[in-house]
Amino acid sequence: MTALQERAAPAPPAAEKPLRREWGVANVFSHGFLALWALLTTFPLLWVLISSFKNDTEILSDPWGLPGALRFDNWARAWTEAHIGQYFFNSAVVVTGSLTLTMLFGATAAYVFARYEFRFRQVFYYLFVGGMMFPVFLALVPLFFVVRNAGLLNTWPGLMIVYAGYSLPFTVFFLTAFFRTLPESVAEAALLDGCGHFRLFFRVMLPMARPGLISIGIFNFLSHWNQFILPQVLMQGDESKQVLAQGLATLAVSQGYEGDYSGLFAGLTIAMLPVLAVYILFQRQIQSGLTAGQLK
Amino acid sequence: MRHGKYPLIVAFLVPPLLLYGVFVLSPYVQAFQISTTDWGGYTADANYVGFDNFTRLFRDDYVWNAIQNNAILLAVVPLVTIALGLFFATMLNMGGRGGKAGVTGVRGTAAYRLVYFFPQVLSVVIIAVVWREVYHPNNGLLNGLLKPLGIDGPTWLGDPRYAFWCVLAVMVWSNVGFYVVLFGAAMQAIPRDIYEAVLLDGASRFVTLVRITIPLLWDTVQVAWIYLAIAALDGFILVQLMTDGGPNHSSDVIGLRMYNTAFASDTRFGYASAIGVVMFFLTLSVAVLALRASKRDRIEYS
Repeated sequence: MTALQERAAPAPPAAEKPLRREWGVANVFSHGFLALWALLTTFPLLWVLISSFKNDTEILSDPWGLPGALRFDNWARAWTEAHIGQYFFNSAVVVTGSLTLTMLFGATAAYVFARYEFRFRQVFYYLFVGGMMFPVFLALVPLFFVVRNAGLLNTWPGLMIVYAGYSLPFTVFFLTAFFRTLPESVAEAALLDGCGHFRLFFRVMLPMARPGLISIGIFNFLSHWNQFILPQVLMQGDESKQVLAQGLATLAVSQGYEGDYSGLFAGLTIAMLPVLAVYILFQRQIQSGLTAGQLK
Repeated sequence: MRHGKYPLIVAFLVPPLLLYGVFVLSPYVQAFQISTTDWGGYTADANYVGFDNFTRLFRDDYVWNAIQNNAILLAVVPLVTIALGLFFATMLNMGGRGGKAGVTGVRGTAAYRLVYFFPQVLSVVIIAVVWREVYHPNNGLLNGLLKPLGIDGPTWLGDPRYAFWCVLAVMVWSNVGFYVVLFGAAMQAIPRDIYEAVLLDGASRFVTLVRITIPLLWDTVQVAWIYLAIAALDGFILVQLMTDGGPNHSSDVIGLRMYNTAFASDTRFGYASAIGVVMFFLTLSVAVLALRASKRDRIEYS
């Protein structure tokens, strides 16, 4: 996190400079469309936030009305009774594990592909990267049985390992390209000084690759946090261990039977706010992290 | 010099390779094999049936119905998303024209870019549930807007005429922001003096966009096209959570068909894997076609 903050500070002024030079003539036409889309993007989310304070009568009678009071008990009910708190914790545990595994395995494999020459290197590389072309749906049925036979069905380690596996192709692809851009001379100097290969990686190369690691880390964090299809197949059995995305889907379905609309809106808000808050704080890193892979 | 590199290569490559081989590669390979069996349940035997699943699949109206919906998504979503993305990115990065600098963004560009990207960081599950409530026939945002205008709004997701298009709209909604940022970043890399020259020649904004910006952004547009095409062949989460393929299969997609065949209403693993194989070849051919169709000479500015 400190790494992110350090990088966050100097970025904005540089990027905004060309815009600050001249505003030009404000154009009503273009502003109209831009504002309309901004409204279209934010309003549904804002509506969910406002509705999370309403009681069920207010929600049912007037969808555009304002809440009579700030009813945080909706939030409390969603947090405890709808188990949003529990699901939050579960997601945090799973993503911590899966992200660590992805970054460790992705960085080590990519480093070897980028910096070392050995037999079948190309074969192994394309084996990894080729995984990007396959839709995850193709793997679902056999994957279910592979995970079950490994005794990992309905377990967190099972999810962590599987998330990591399906993130490796893109992570390896991205980081291999990144490690290749690092200067060769530094590594050679370190080796000449008697630095071992392992030390070279952890002490020299990994710190130099930090910008790339942060970009792909953000990308993987969001895709793991938002993962739905994999847990839906591999974590069907034990409801107490399900992740947040599943919990919200369950809440959305059960809300239809129980008519607890305020609980649903509160649950959605609780799930949305932290992600949006983190995004607003680190918007530049997150935007470039998510788009970097496509610009390569 | 390089002695002692093999311990590192082995230690760094073998664990990821094992994990990847067991949990990713082997399922993909097995899927092709399972698709040629009649495996129909957790305990049932799997018999080799050759291409029976595939011939059945070609006569399966539900599958064709789903594929047809994916085809509509494929035709509409990339086109509309890229058009809107280019439009907004142009406005943001060179909308405010007329100053001495020639080409600048409009006021508040940073704020717009911040807001447009919101759907990208939210999980598709949240987006699906939010929009399900927006479309809700009685207490939804949309019909709540129409009511005071004296319009009795339709049931949206409950109406087979509209359900699919409602999901399609959400798919566009959730993607546009990402491409505004992506195209915007690419536009920033275009040298400003190109625009200043065009401006001096008196070109209109539309001509500038079509003749200058889009050709210079072509690589990025091509990537966008491929990603959106692949996304259009999916659509599983939005459809499952918003309509579950209904009403009356009107909004079904191929991914949902596959999921339901294997894990929900049925456990026909052989048949589901065959659908998965078809999805793979569809994805592959769409990616290759998109690459081919959009192939142009690369423009490099130095």
